[in-house]
Amino acid sequence: MSILKYFHTLRPKKTAAVAKERLQIIVAHERNLRDSPVIEYLPKLQQELLEVIRKYTAIQNEDIKINIEKDGEYEILELNIVLSDENQ
Amino acid sequence: MAKIIVVTSGKGGVGKTTTSAAFATGLALRGYQTVVIDFDVGLRNLDLVMGCERRVVYDFINVINGEGNLNQALIKDKRVENLFILPASQTRDKDALTLKGVLKVLETLRKRFEFIICDSPAGIEHGAIMAMYFADEAIIVTNPEVSSVRDSDRIIGMLSSKTRRAVQNLPAIREHLLVTRYAPKRVISGDMLSVEDVQDILAIPFLGIIPESKSVLQASNSGIPVTLDKKSDAGKAYLDVVARFLGEELPVVEKKGFLTRLFKN
Ligand SMILES: Nc1ncnc2c1ncn2[C@@H]1O[C@H](COP(=O)(O)OP(=O)(O)OP(=O)(O)O)[C@@H](O)[C@H]1O
Ligand SMILES: [Mg+2]
Repeated sequence: MSILKYFHTLRPKKTAAVAKERLQIIVAHERNLRDSPVIEYLPKLQQELLEVIRKYTAIQNEDIKINIEKDGEYEILELNIVLSDENQ
Repeated sequence: MAKIIVVTSGKGGVGKTTTSAAFATGLALRGYQTVVIDFDVGLRNLDLVMGCERRVVYDFINVINGEGNLNQALIKDKRVENLFILPASQTRDKDALTLKGVLKVLETLRKRFEFIICDSPAGIEHGAIMAMYFADEAIIVTNPEVSSVRDSDRIIGMLSSKTRRAVQNLPAIREHLLVTRYAPKRVISGDMLSVEDVQDILAIPFLGIIPESKSVLQASNSGIPVTLDKKSDAGKAYLDVVARFLGEELPVVEKKGFLTRLFKN
């Protein structure tokens, strides 16, 4: 096998493997959400948080990220708010 | 006691109706009294796939509303003994289905049939919930492709939360993974998720593989369930699925004479 050909086979990850990896992540994430009672009020919580923060600084809808992770018996509510330079 | 089996997927166009027709026909060929119900109200298609579209007089909704009785609505298959079709309404929408109405019809069918197959509409809305609500078992039809797998997982979540068995804390619905439109060549070349990949992700018991096959379109063109086409690889795969469903141990053939493997759940 030529060196070139060798590198060619090394380089791209097969798309099926990429698909599996992406699916495992998204499905685990969605299962966590689905099994959590928090899911019921999450959208409302996100909306209200946005309103509170807006009293102090300008913020876009996509600047706030809420996530629920399961850690054994605990559920962790992760809240990420990005404040850009302009609105500080 | 009759078993109610829902054929479901979340995503549209993955092969639920094809599977419902083939699976019901396979069960009837085995001698079981079988009825297959089209829950896709407004988008009736099972009648076409089964080749009885010109014999529809009364439908599922007519029966629910008392506009016709069940015996008038049930269509007896002309080729296979013990096989009946209950068509969906073409003029109504899915909201015409009510839990009370569906239960009434299922209770009557239970007295007469051994297997009741419910062909679910796509989606996760009312129609899909009506089809799965009273199920004892579920066949989750999945294509080896990202959106289908993700939607199947969503449906699995609903089976364990939005059905009678879940709500009433009864034993859970028995789930079966059916991977359809499978192309072994593309799996080998690394472009298609393998059946093991799909099973890894969804983590429900495996029922079988149906290959991507020209014979499926030919069968639906002619209104013949693909299990009646003796030459069809997909038809043969569906017959294997029926056998496995009935508890027989069969090897899983991914490609004729090439990859033969025994799957254990
Ligand atoms: N194994 C297969 N090989 C080739 N084509 C297939 C296979 N299974 C299904 N198809 C084709 O895919 C299309 C959709 O199939 P089908 O109507 O059974 O899907 P469905 O899940 O019931 O769709 P809907 O969600 O609209 O009800 C049809 O054209 C059918 O012929
Ligand atoms: Mg369909």
